[in-house]
Formats: sequence, C-alpha cells, structure tokens
Amino acid sequence: MSPRAPDDARRQFLLRVLRIGAASAGTIGLGAFLGGRSRRPEEGAATGLGRDHAVAANAALPEMVVAQGPSPQLLVQKAIDDIGGMSRFVSAADTVLIKPNIAWDRSAEEAATTNPDVVAELVRLCLAAGARSVIVTDVSCNDAESCFARSGIADAARRAGAEVVLPDTRHMRQVDLKGGTLGVWPVLEPFLDATKVINVPIAKHHSLTGVTLGMKNWYGIIGGNRSRLHQRIHESIVDLAAFARPTLTVLDANRVLMRNGPTGGGVDNVEQRNTVIVSTDQVAVDAYAAKAWWNLDVPRLRFLQLAEERGLGRTDFASLRTHVLQV
Amino acid sequence: MRGTTLRRLRLASQITFFLLFVFLLLRTEFPGSVRSAGADVRVPYPVSLFLETDPLVALATALSTASLYRHLLWAVPFVLLALIVGRGFCGWMCPLGSLHHFVGSMKSERKRGPKLLESNRYKRWQSAKYYVLTVVLVMALFGSVAGLLLDPLSFLVRSMATAVLPVLNYGLRASLDWAHELPLGPARVGVSGVATVLDATVLSFRQPHFHQALAIGLLFAFVLVLNMRVTRFWCRAICPLGAMLGVVSRWSFVQLQKHDEKCNDCKRCELHCQGGDDPIPGAIWRKAECHLCMNCLGDCPEGGLSFTWSGRPGKQTRETPQLQRRAVVTSLVAGAVGLPLLRTGPGVKAAGDPLLIRPPGSVDEEHFLDRCIRCGDCMKVCPNNALHPALFEAGVEGLWSPVLVPRIGYCEPNCTLCTQVCPTGAIWEMTVAEKIGSPARMAPDGTVQQPGRDPNRIGTAFYDRGRCLPWAMGIECIVCEEWCPTSPKAIYLVPAQVTDATGQTKTVRQPYVEPKRCTGCGACEFACPIKGRPAVYVTSAGESRSKANQFLLPENQPLQRS
Ligand code: SF4
Ligand code: SF4
Ligand code: SF4
Repeated sequence: MSPRAPDDARRQFLLRVLRIGAASAGTIGLGAFLGGRSRRPEEGAATGLGRDHAVAANAALPEMVVAQGPSPQLLVQKAIDDIGGMSRFVSAADTVLIKPNIAWDRSAEEAATTNPDVVAELVRLCLAAGARSVIVTDVSCNDAESCFARSGIADAARRAGAEVVLPDTRHMRQVDLKGGTLGVWPVLEPFLDATKVINVPIAKHHSLTGVTLGMKNWYGIIGGNRSRLHQRIHESIVDLAAFARPTLTVLDANRVLMRNGPTGGGVDNVEQRNTVIVSTDQVAVDAYAAKAWWNLDVPRLRFLQLAEERGLGRTDFASLRTHVLQV
Repeated sequence: MRGTTLRRLRLASQITFFLLFVFLLLRTEFPGSVRSAGADVRVPYPVSLFLETDPLVALATALSTASLYRHLLWAVPFVLLALIVGRGFCGWMCPLGSLHHFVGSMKSERKRGPKLLESNRYKRWQSAKYYVLTVVLVMALFGSVAGLLLDPLSFLVRSMATAVLPVLNYGLRASLDWAHELPLGPARVGVSGVATVLDATVLSFRQPHFHQALAIGLLFAFVLVLNMRVTRFWCRAICPLGAMLGVVSRWSFVQLQKHDEKCNDCKRCELHCQGGDDPIPGAIWRKAECHLCMNCLGDCPEGGLSFTWSGRPGKQTRETPQLQRRAVVTSLVAGAVGLPLLRTGPGVKAAGDPLLIRPPGSVDEEHFLDRCIRCGDCMKVCPNNALHPALFEAGVEGLWSPVLVPRIGYCEPNCTLCTQVCPTGAIWEMTVAEKIGSPARMAPDGTVQQPGRDPNRIGTAFYDRGRCLPWAMGIECIVCEEWCPTSPKAIYLVPAQVTDATGQTKTVRQPYVEPKRCTGCGACEFACPIKGRPAVYVTSAGESRSKANQFLLPENQPLQRS
C-alpha cells in the first residue's frame, strides 16, 4: 500500500461531496427558478396594432371614382389615375397589402371571389409606383390552396409581380382589436406588417346583411372561429373596419353576385355590371353599391349606420366629390 | 454477370422504385394550380400506379366483381413478369419489401452472425402467407376484398398517407418553427431556404389529422421492427402478394444452380438471404420463397452459386410452396365462413351507422366492400382532410375503409380528386358536372328544354334545433346558409319572432333544409360555430348510391304518352 493512498481516498470523498453539493444546489436553484415562473397560462395579446393606413386628403381630387366599361384592367387604371394616381398612395418605402376576396373555391366567372384582372392591375400599379413589395393574401373559408388557384388570383397576382401568401395559422398574432364586440383575435401577420393596405372586395349578396361589400371583406384578415361573428354581424364588421382603416377601397363590380351569396355557384346568379369603384372612404363605397345594385335603404343598413357613428366614413355618398368615368 | 454487379443493380432498382413510389405518393394531392377556370381539376400524374399494377389487387377485385376496373389491366404485365422472374418483384421493385430489406440490414452481423444464419434458414411458418392468400381470395370470391388490408402496397400507401407523412409533417413544421425563433442572425436565411425546399417537396400546407392514425402507425412500426428479429418477416410469412407471386414462380425461368463441388460450407450465402429459401448447397432451394435479391451470389467467395435462365430446375430445387392439406382446407373454410359471419352485422344494410358517409361517387355499400382495398389514396388526396379510415362505422369488415367526417372536413363541390385516384372503382370516377348535377330548364310554355340531373348526394343535412342558435336561443347566426355551396342553396331561412330572456321580441332568421337540393357535402356541419356536437349535421340518409337508404318519395315522373 502506498503512503499516498489515504489522501487519495479523502480527495475522492471530498470530490464526491462537492459534486453532490453542486448537483443539489443546481437542482434547488432550477426548481426555485421554474417555480417562480409558474403562472396560469393565458394568451398574451398585442395592443395598439391598429393603424390608419389612409393618406392625406386632397381637396382638388375626387374622393370616389366610379368607372364603367368592359375592361376590368382599364377600369382600375383609369379610376386610380383619376383619384390622383397610385403614387399619391404608395411610395418606395411601402409594403403594400392587397386584400381581395378569395374566400371560396369558385372560379372567377361565378363572382364569389374578386376578379383576378382587377387584383393584377393593382399589383402592377403599386409596383410601378415603386412599392418595396406587394403582398396578396386572404384568409379563405374553403381550402386556401384550392381557393387561391381556382379563383385565378394566385396566378394573376404572381405574374404581375406580387408575393402571394397562403394564410397560415402559424403566421397569425393575437391582437386586441379593441372593438365594442371584437376583443382578442388572431390577425394575419402580413396585414400587421403592411404600411399601406388596399381592400379589393367584390360586390355580393348575403342573407344576413343583404350585401357583402368592402367592410365585410375584413373578415379575411383574422383567423380563429370566425363563424361566431355572425351573431353580431353588424358590430363585427364595423369593429374590423375600424381596426383595418385602409388606404384605398377598390370595389370590383365587373360581375356582381346578385343572389345566392356569398358562395354563389354557377353563373345564373351573376350579372354583368362592368364597374369598378375606387374610394378613400370605405363606408361610402359600401353605401353606394348597396343602393346602386340592390336598391337597399342605406339608413336601414345597420353596419353602415354604425360605421358612420364610429367616424369611419360617410353613408351619404352623394356628398362626396365623385367622378363617374366611362372607359 | 458477377454476383456483386447483380446485387448493385438490384439496389439501384430498389432505390429507383422506392423513390418513384414516394414521389407519386407525395403528388397524391391537390395539384396546386387550376389549368382553366371551367375545367375539372385533375391529378397530373398516375398517382395510383403502384396499386393499379398490383396483380393481387387485380386478381382479388376480378374475383369479387368479375371485371377489371379502369387501369387494373396494367397488372397483367406484372403477372407475366412473375412468370419469367418469379418473385423478382419482391426483391427488386416492391417499395414495402425494400423498406423491410433496409430495416433488416441494420442488424449487426458481428454480434448476431450465427443467429442470423439460423434465422435465415427456411422455416415451416413461411407457409402462413399462402394461407393468408387463400383466405383473401376466398373472401374476395364471396364479395369482400377486406383482406387486401394486407396487400403490401395498400398497406404501405395507407400507413404512409395517414400516419407517417402526417407525423413527418408535424415534426418538420415544429422543428422549422423552433429554428425560426433561434437568434441566428443572417444564418436565418439557411432556415428559410430549408423551409422553402421542404414546402415544395414533402410538407403539406395544412397539417393533416386522421382517425385511426395511431393504430395504423403502430402496426406499421411493429411490422418494420419485426425485421430486427427475422429479416423480412412480413415478406416471408404474411404477404399475400408475395404468396401469389410465389405460386406463379413455379413456372418461371430463373433457376438457382448450386455447384456442390465448389462449396466449402462457409455458409455466407445464408447471411444476407432475404427470402429464407436455403440457397446453400446441400439444402433444398425453395424457389417460391426466393426474392432474387442476388445476395447469395455476391456473398459466395467460391462462385458456388449461379442463376440460369434455363428453366430447368437444379437437383436440389423445390418449385412449389410447401403446404399442408389441413391448413389449406382450414383457410378455405375460414374464408368461406368468415365473410358471412362478418356480414351478419349491420354493416352492409342501410340500417347501419348513420355516420357512414362514403366519398362522393362511391358505389353502393355491397359493391363498395367488394372493391375498396383500404389503400387510403382517397384520404391522402382529399384537400379538405375529409376522408378518414373507418373504425366500425361500416362493421368490422369495413375497417379502415374511407368515411367522410364533416366536422374535420367537408366535401368540396367542384372537387373530384378521390374519384380519380381510387384504383378499384369503389369510388367511381366522376366529373364535376356529374357531381353537382344541373337543374331542369323549362321554356316559358312549360315544356322541358333540358331535363334536370340530380347531384351526387352523399347524405342529407339535419338540424338539431335544440342546439341551433336561432332556434334554441333566439340568436342570429345562419353561417350554415352562408357556407352552403349549392345553387340555389339547400338551406333556406324563415324570419321568426322570438322572445328573449328579458321578454323582448325580436326577429331572427331560422334555417331549414330543402332535402332535394342538399348534397350532404357537410359544409354546413363543418362551419357551424357550435363546436363539438354541431347544430346541423349530415347523415347518410338520401345518399345517391343506395336504393334503400332513401326517405323522400320521388317526384312525379312525367307521364309517358302511349
Ligand atoms: S371527399 Fe370531396 S373534397 Fe375530398 S377529395 Fe373527394 S371530392 Fe374532393
Ligand atoms: S376507396 Fe379509398 S381506400 Fe378504398 S380502394 Fe379506393 S382509394 Fe383505396
Ligand atoms: S345543407 Fe349542408 S350538407 Fe346540404 S348541401 Fe348545403 S352545406 Fe351541404
């Protein structure tokens, strides 16, 4: 036995004590740390993300342009031209979100989704105005891939140079919409990140509200169990419109779904109206269309009245500086 | 050709066919673009190719239907192939076989050498697959191809589609999300790059969820793990297609020749034998068991083995499977008695499960069961994740056949993808026009200009008024009506005065179903905001495919003038 052996044994023992001590201290520390973090899990929500995307008013320019003619593409061009040109709304620093209606797995002829030519032309105009990027997206009701493909919008927008984003539930953020009816809902991130927003709805019939036009199109920026919104549909529409506050609304009324909305099906329900309405006032567009094609009594459409009360725009569309163009 | 070259060729062939299989399986999905707005969306590749060239699928459905559906004729060349090269398909082409081969080859030779040799010798239980085949075919003759649950291609497609790919999808997505959160700085581009590549190849946009995925996945894993005990246990003992090819192989030309004089009894030929067919000189070579993997040729250092095309069997060859008369009789009886036994349950009768909603285009239940091989291709292709493997909705016999679960996914009116991929016509191919039908057109004077055509119905929607908001609670809703895709809508609304809890009266729109327009697509059930048990739900009542499962008296037929 070598004389160093007892020392070695003692060192081993001390080392072991140290190791056990360190391990216990670590465990206790980690336990205390994790214990301190214990909270009842609650989904956090971002606030203050609603912003006004509008640009400054210009008294020399119209507030609404109603363009009529056979070519959807030309209608968009001329109408935007007339309202001040795209450079009035979009500049080089802008990320533009274009929000058509791509809710249903229907072809463009069935008029349940926005006309792809209208979308594509807007994309081109934004890019020509120098936009940094243009994103086209919507939270579809039917399977998104099918809707984007069959509506023809994915193809047309991509060809025009836009980035087409399929709505992915993983790319939504919980946001407090701060509405009277709508509180925390998941909102599509591309919408939150955009600096300019162009709403491109299509005019359609709807059993609950009579019509679905521009403001209802905002259903498509949120996810979650949207089917609940219909219980207070007017309030929901207005809460979303107040949150979204678009730069422009471009209503596609080239083909109008007069009946069996909002899904349509077949072409018997579709009427040719050859019209595009462009406006900076999202309320006025809806009021105009509801009156023009369904002859609805505007003062009795609750969402329009609520929107006006909230200061989102004017239902009395006749008071707007309006141009009517034949293209 | 030298053994090692043949072995390499075989490996190349296995990899090629496996990749082709995976490619076609991944493309069994919504094609991503629509050629023109009016045209039907079609799957662009022959995605069910492997199932359609499967001789067992062809034989069994030929027995059960006395016909061959659509492309099943393509199985004939594969029977001819077996007449030339026996079970070459098992060793060179079968994607499930290749998977077994791969897993089996992960055993450590050094540790398990002697055990490996022992386990690779022919065993009597290898005959089990012939009895399985007998049961499958007898059942088919009596009108049920439920046994094709065990067809290797059906087994593989189903397992991959409903379990493996969804798991892969979930795992990869979760890892990508996790990687996105990492503070990588500019290296994040790498993560995005990987994500883009995966998105374009294996990942689906929507995470699929399938009923029965756990059971199907565990069975698949179990069958693969068996290879760690016995190489290609499935192929040796269970596979009815292997058995069928084994039977056919007796007429085939390829023959193993054993040169006893060269053999020094090193036993290496048995080390990697896939079939367990005793290639070693001195033993009887079992032709029906051999997969022609060529491992024995490559492994023999003395050149003691060779394959010839002579068709003349070597001295130590047994060309036919070794069967016991008793067991054959037992399996004949099992097949003949088993099916009627299964059919005594309520499955086939219309009085069966009301939630047995079959995919659109399906033939009536009795014919469905003599066609559906449970491959799950329809489940894989459905863009809405609407189709799921049944548990007992269609009786025990209907296990893992497709059932539509509207709460998870409804049937899109202008989609006919499942009808395109079904290899056997259980879901009969259909165009969109046939699916959505057309209304009759009348001239102003009342003469019929174009007779109407009924849509294809998979069931009918019913309201549960005790749960429906406008009915039960006087709350406005009608989401079902909004979603209903028919034109005119099958759901109509009637304004009704209701009194709320404070005693105030108000008007709400209450929904009703017009059954003549309803196709049972389930969009209403899917969209109903009442989660869990919905307030509107579809049952199979009124489905087009069944004469018995009808509740409406048909409209008056126009009288024929004589
Ligand atoms: S069940 Fe309907 S939606 Fe699904 S693949 Fe078949 S036709 Fe398409
Ligand atoms: S119905 Fe589905 S599971 Fe059955 S054979 Fe056809 S595609 Fe395969
Ligand atoms: S009522 Fe429901 S099941 Fe029937 S067609 Fe309409 S959405 Fe489909």
